[in-house]
Amino acid sequence: MKVPVSWLRDYVAIPESLSGRDVAELLVGVGFEVEGVETVGDVRGALVVGRVQSIEELTDFKKPIRFCQVEVGSSNGHVDTPGIRGIICGARNFAEGDLVIIALPGTTLPGDFTIGTRETYGRISDGMICSQRELGLGDDHDGIMILPAGSAAPGDDAFPILGLGDEVLDIAVTPDRGYALSIRGIAREVAIAQGIAFTDPADALPELPESNGTPVDVDSEDRAACDLIVLRTLENFNPAAPTPDFIKSRLAAVGVRSISFAVDVTNYVMFELGQPLHAFDADKITGKIRVRRAVAGEKLETLDHVVRELSTEDLLIADDSGALSLAGIMGGLTSEISETTTRVVIEAAHFDAVDSAKSSRRHKLSSEASRRFERGVDRMLPPVASARAAELLIQYGGATYVGLAGVETAPDLVHVSFDPEHPGRVAGRSYDVAATKATLVALGCHVDDAKSPWDVRVPTWRPDLSASIDLVEEVIRIDGYNNVPTRLPVAPKGAGYTAKQKLMRRSGLFLAGRGLAEVRNYPFMGQSEFDNLELASDATRRHALKLANPLSDEQPFMRTTLLPGLFAALTRNTSRGFNDAAIFEIASVSLPTPAQPATGITNPPRPSVNGRPSEGDIAQLEALLPAQPTYVAGVLASGAWSDAIELVVSLASELGVEVSVRAADVAPWHPGRCAQVVLGDRVIGTAGEIAPRVNENFGLPKRTVAFEVDLDALVLHANVTPSAPRIWTFPIAKEDIALVVAKNVAASDVLDTVRVAAGELLEDIRLFDVYEGAQVPEGHKSLAFALRFRAADRTLSAEEVASARQAGIEAAAAKFGASLR
Amino acid sequence: MSAPNKSFDPVEVTTLSPEALAGFVQEAIAAFAAASNLEELKEARLAHTGDRSSLALANREVGALPPAAKADAGKRIGQARGEVNQALESRTAELEAARDAALLIEESVDVTTVMPATRGGRHPLTTIQEQVADVFIALGYRVAEGPEIEAEWLNFDALNIAPNHPARTMQDTFFVGNEDSGVVLRTHTSPVQIRSMLTQEPPIYVICPGRVFRTDELDATHSPVFHQVEALVIDKGITMADLKGTLDHFASAMFGEGIVTRLRPSYFPFTEPSAEVDLQCFVCRGASIDNPEAACRTCRSEGWIEWGGCGMVNPKVLIACGIDPEEFTGFAFGMGLERTLMFRHGITDMRDMVEGDVRFTRAFGLGV
Repeated sequence: MKVPVSWLRDYVAIPESLSGRDVAELLVGVGFEVEGVETVGDVRGALVVGRVQSIEELTDFKKPIRFCQVEVGSSNGHVDTPGIRGIICGARNFAEGDLVIIALPGTTLPGDFTIGTRETYGRISDGMICSQRELGLGDDHDGIMILPAGSAAPGDDAFPILGLGDEVLDIAVTPDRGYALSIRGIAREVAIAQGIAFTDPADALPELPESNGTPVDVDSEDRAACDLIVLRTLENFNPAAPTPDFIKSRLAAVGVRSISFAVDVTNYVMFELGQPLHAFDADKITGKIRVRRAVAGEKLETLDHVVRELSTEDLLIADDSGALSLAGIMGGLTSEISETTTRVVIEAAHFDAVDSAKSSRRHKLSSEASRRFERGVDRMLPPVASARAAELLIQYGGATYVGLAGVETAPDLVHVSFDPEHPGRVAGRSYDVAATKATLVALGCHVDDAKSPWDVRVPTWRPDLSASIDLVEEVIRIDGYNNVPTRLPVAPKGAGYTAKQKLMRRSGLFLAGRGLAEVRNYPFMGQSEFDNLELASDATRRHALKLANPLSDEQPFMRTTLLPGLFAALTRNTSRGFNDAAIFEIASVSLPTPAQPATGITNPPRPSVNGRPSEGDIAQLEALLPAQPTYVAGVLASGAWSDAIELVVSLASELGVEVSVRAADVAPWHPGRCAQVVLGDRVIGTAGEIAPRVNENFGLPKRTVAFEVDLDALVLHANVTPSAPRIWTFPIAKEDIALVVAKNVAASDVLDTVRVAAGELLEDIRLFDVYEGAQVPEGHKSLAFALRFRAADRTLSAEEVASARQAGIEAAAAKFGASLR
Repeated sequence: MSAPNKSFDPVEVTTLSPEALAGFVQEAIAAFAAASNLEELKEARLAHTGDRSSLALANREVGALPPAAKADAGKRIGQARGEVNQALESRTAELEAARDAALLIEESVDVTTVMPATRGGRHPLTTIQEQVADVFIALGYRVAEGPEIEAEWLNFDALNIAPNHPARTMQDTFFVGNEDSGVVLRTHTSPVQIRSMLTQEPPIYVICPGRVFRTDELDATHSPVFHQVEALVIDKGITMADLKGTLDHFASAMFGEGIVTRLRPSYFPFTEPSAEVDLQCFVCRGASIDNPEAACRTCRSEGWIEWGGCGMVNPKVLIACGIDPEEFTGFAFGMGLERTLMFRHGITDMRDMVEGDVRFTRAFGLGV
C-alpha cells in the first residue's frame, strides 16, 4: 500500500518537522513494514501557477508556435515586466485565461533538464509552460496541464497543488490488517504512534442534496455473503468531466492509472477509506439489482476482457438481464462506465471475507477490491463511502443526486471480555491500566471498564480483533516490543540427541571423512529420469507422487531415489573439470503405497480445530502420507565398482551393523557389477558400477560407480551398546591359503564356508587377493585368504592349526570344488 | 715385540714394564681417536685389543715371570686393558652417535612435497542445522522431526490458517497429487510443532530443523526448496520475556557473546502477539549506522539483519492440539537457514547451495 504523507495530513496533524522517513519510523515502531519512502517528481527549483494573459501565434516556422504573456504573480515576474513573463510554447491545448504551471528559469525538471532564459523562435523565452509528463507526473503528453479555473492564483507555489515533493511511503500490510489498506487506517496508526489527534474521515457522512427521482433498486438474496449493499444513483453526470488534479496526482502516487472521472472517484474513495466501490452505467441496468449466487453455466466478461465461467459458489451483482459483476472482485464489461454515461450508480457493499477469498482464488483474479474484502472491510463504511463518491461526482462532474437504495442486516458488534492484567501476563511485566484503556480507545474500541473483566466492543474495521489475546497484542504492540523484558526459561532436563539423530550425523561424517562431498539436491524428478535410469516399466520406483503445480513440467514427481539428482550434480562437477568428484546425499525419498495414487485423493479428512483430533483422525491424516525413509546415496566419477560396495559395507560397520552383499541385477547398475546389500533377510540397498547405457543417458563419465542404501534401516539395526570382546593374549598363528574356484563362485560364500569349517580357533579371516590369469585354469580364479588362529587358554600347537586349516580347505573343496593352489 | 718361543730372562721382559704398557695404552687410545668411523674403529680395535695386539702379547709374557712378579705384572696389564676398553667404548659410542646422526641427515626429505588428499565435506546446510540443534540440546531441548510431504491439515488448519485464509495464498504451496488431496510439501517446519504437541504432554521444549518448500523460482536469493529451524516451547507461565531471552541466547551462541535480537510487530496466524526478529549485526555491532566511514556490507549499515519470525503460540493452535491455553502458554520462533548462512559466510548466490559443486561443500569441511 502506497501512502502519500500529504494525504495522511488530511486526517492527522503530523508536525511539519516530521519528514516522510520520520513517519515511516513511527509506523515501523507500531509494527508496519515500510519498504521505502519516495519523493514524488524529481523537480528542483521553482514551479508557480501562471495565468495565460495573451497568446501571439507565430507562423513563420515549420510548426505553429505560440509566444505567450503569462501572469506569474508580482514576485515571480521578469525584471522589466513585473508580474509577467514571456514564454514560447509549442502546445496548443490552452487558451487565454487558463491557469497553467510555469517552470521558472533555474528550475530542474526530471531527466536533469534545467530551464533557462533563452532566445528561440526570435523571442526571449523566460521559462516553460509544463505538461504532466515534463513534470514526471504521468504519461499524459497530450498537452499543457491546465488547472481548474479559480483553483489557484497566479504566483502560487505549484508544488503542493501538484503533490510534488510529497513523500510516499510503501507499506507492506500483513493479511490481518485489512483496515491498513487505506489512508484512514494508516492515519489512525500514525496518530496513535505519535500520540496526536486523529480525525476519522468516516465519522462525518457527507451532506448530499435531497433525493430527487427514483434510484435503481437493490436486493440481497444471500444475506450471509452480503449483509449490506447501498446503491446511490446520480444523473446529469458530465462524462467528459476531467478528473481534478488533486485526485489524479494522489492516484498516481498510490500507483493507480487515471481512467475516467467516475472510475477515478471510486478508486480515490477506496484508497481514502478502504471501501471498494463500483460504478455502473445506470442506463445499462435492466430492472433491479440483485446480489445472488451464479447459476450453473452462467458466464461473465469482466473488465479485463476475460470471459469467465462462473461457479454456483460465485457471488454476483446481477440485474434482470444477468450477471453484471463478480461481487467484490471485478466489474463486468457490459455495465461499464463509458464516455457517454450520464446516469451513474455507485455500489458499496459489505461482502463476506471467505467468500471473496474463495472467488478470487477460483478465478485466479486478485484486485484492489478483492484484496480488501478478503482481509475484511469495515461493515459501517458503505453508506459513508458511497456518499463521499456521490459528493465528488456532484462537485466535479456536474451530477445531480437521485437517491439511495439499500439492504441492510443489523450488524453483529463484537464484544470481548478483557482482563487488563492479561497483557502483563503475556509480556512478563505489568502495564498501566489507564494507558491500556487509552490504547484500546485510540484503536477505536469502546471500553466499559466498570465491568470486571472489561467489556470491550471492538471497532467494526478490526475483524482481526475477536479475542482477548488479540487485544493483548495491540496493547503490547503500541507500548513497544522493546519494552518487553528478557528472561531465559529453564527447560526440564533433556536427554540430548536420540541414537538415530547421532547415527545420522555419524553417517555423514563417515562419508565426508572418506573424501566424499555432501550435496543437497531438489527432491523433484521427471519421467525422463525414470526412463534414463532404465527402470523396468513396472518398477516400483516409478510409482511416485506427482505435484499438482510443479515448478517445471519436466520434473513433476517426488523422487523415489536419490540417484538422478546425484547424477546431475556429478555431471555439473565433471563438466567443471572435477573428473574425480565423489559426492553423496542423505535425504528422504517418498515411496507411496500402491493404494496411494500419484495424483492423490480428493475429500481428505479435515478434522475440526476446536479440539484435539481423535487418534482415529490422526491415523487418517497419517494414512494420506507416503513412506518417507531417509536414504544415503553416493556417486563417484573415478572409483572402482568395489569402492562403491566397500563404502556401504564400511558405513554399516561404522554404525555397528553387519551387512552382507550378493550379486544382483538391478537398474541402473551394471548387471555384472552390481551388489545388493542385505541386512538380515532384507535387501536395504544396492552398490556397484552404473550400467554403460545409463552413463550415456545421464552424460556421466564412463564407469561411474554408485550406491544407494536405506539409511533408516541401517540406523534401526545399529548396535549402539556393543559387548566388550575378551582379549586373549596367547600367540597367534597365521596361515594364508589360496583356493582356486570357478569364476562364478562368490568369494563371500567361500569365505563363510571356510570360516565355519575352521571352527572356533579361527579368530579372523580376510580375503586379500583375487587372481585370474595364466596361473589358474580358464574360467577359474584364485582367492587368497589370510587366516588367524588363536586359542583362549593355550598356545596352539602346529597340529591344531594345520587341522583347522585343513578343515576349512576340505569344506571349500566339498562345497565349491575348490583346490588349494 | 718378543717372539713367543724365544728364551728370555723375565727380568728382561721389557714389554711388561710400566712404561711399555703405558705406551701400548696411548697407542691404542690414539688409534681409536684416529678412527673416523665404525669400520676404522673396528680395525683399530682388532689391532689394539685382539689376540695379536701388544697388550695381548705382553699378557702372554706374564706366565714366564717369577711368581713374585706375576701378580704385579697382571695387575698392570689389567689396568692397561681397562683403560683401553674404556677408550674403545667411549669412542664407539661417539662414532655410533655420529653414524646415526649422519643417517638421519642422509634420510632427510623435502617435507613441503606433501599435498592434502582430496577432501570430502559436509554441506553447510547440514552442519548449521546441527550447530543450531547443539545450542538447544544444551538448554535441554529435544530435536523434533517430521515428514517433508505433509498433511495439509497439519501444515495449515491446525496452525490457525483456515482454508480460505489469505495466508494460504501468501505461502505459495506445492500441492501433492491435486489441489484438494489434503497433502502438500510443507511450507514451513511448523507442522512439526503440531506433531510435537499431539504426541507429547507439556512441558514441551523442541527445536525443529528441516527442509521446506514454496513455489518460488530459483534465483540468487530464492529457492523453491530451502531450510528452516523452528523452536517451540510450551510450559506454565511462559511469556514474551522468555521468547526474547531465548532469542538473545540463540543469537549470542551463533554469532558471538553479547549479540542480541530485537522484535518488530508482525503477523502470523499461529502466533499472537507476532513479531519479526532482527539480529544485531555481528560484524559492525551497529557501529556502521550513520557512519559512512565504517560502512558495513553485512547489514548494509543498518545495524540489524532481518532474521526470522516469532511470537506467542496462538491459543487457537493450543486448542487444536488439545492443550489448555488457560494452563499453558508458549512461544515459537523460526529462521531461514540459507539466509543465515548467506550473511554469516558471505555466500552471495543461493544457487551455490543448490548446485552441488564439490568446491562449495569442501570449503566447509566436516563442520563443527
